Amino acid sequence: MTIPFSASQPGFWAATAMIAAIVLTSTAGEVLTAAAMKSIGDLDEIRARSGLMGAIRAVLTSPLFFTGIVFLALAFFSLLLALNHMALSLVAPASASLTLVTNAIAAKLFLKENVDRRRWASAVLVCVGVYFLAH
Amino acid sequence: MILGLVSVCTPLGDSCLRRGMARIPPISLTHPASLITAVFTPWIVLGIALLIGYFASYLTALSWADLTFVMPAAGLGNVILALLSRFWLHEAISLERWAGIVLVTIGVGFVAQGPSLTERPTAEAPVPAEVQQPLLEEQAQ
Repeated sequence: MTIPFSASQPGFWAATAMIAAIVLTSTAGEVLTAAAMKSIGDLDEIRARSGLMGAIRAVLTSPLFFTGIVFLALAFFSLLLALNHMALSLVAPASASLTLVTNAIAAKLFLKENVDRRRWASAVLVCVGVYFLAH
Repeated sequence: MILGLVSVCTPLGDSCLRRGMARIPPISLTHPASLITAVFTPWIVLGIALLIGYFASYLTALSWADLTFVMPAAGLGNVILALLSRFWLHEAISLERWAGIVLVTIGVGFVAQGPSLTERPTAEAPVPAEVQQPLLEEQAQ
């Protein structure tokens, strides 16, 4: 790494705000796109019925999908911004692992998914594992 | 198969993005336009192309499986990245990373054993009512 420790290092609250922005926007985006894909139906069946273009059209004409994409784009730009200011070893594990847990909570609340003990366990295991891996 | 594609495209796309962003001078919030120009760096373009491939396969998976099923499965991408760097680039993997690999693998194994989709009361209608509702309201307007 050639980036020196300088005055451009963000403080604690700025760092927290950047990571919170990534986590919140990506969770909103994930949940909205998941809801959109569920409302569209199985893409493999749609492709079998009306071809690849039909499947692409079905996705692109869904308003829910577009709202989700807007949030995912926001998440992407806040990730770029955070990566530009902070060390990768902080941003990547923190945002990746936190997003997993907030997604599980949001999926249970908004998508009414059946998040049983097995799914909680695997969300937490993968969250801790991703944190270790990305560190 | 689709989940495998998800796991491969994510780490490759991400590492391209990281390479690209590290070469750009710090961006400040007062100049949001510089974030836009960052998008057109070659490494970033390659990273974005890979991430589009990832996104297409991710959406396909989401169309037949729950978010809480797909998300942990996509975490497998981190394991693939670590193993790639170990056996292909011959990088050393620390004990901490091996622990991460084991944890993610166990977690994915856990979720893969269960059902991939929440059972809904109406088996013949795959579209859940609470998800369809906002769409119908929007169409009615």
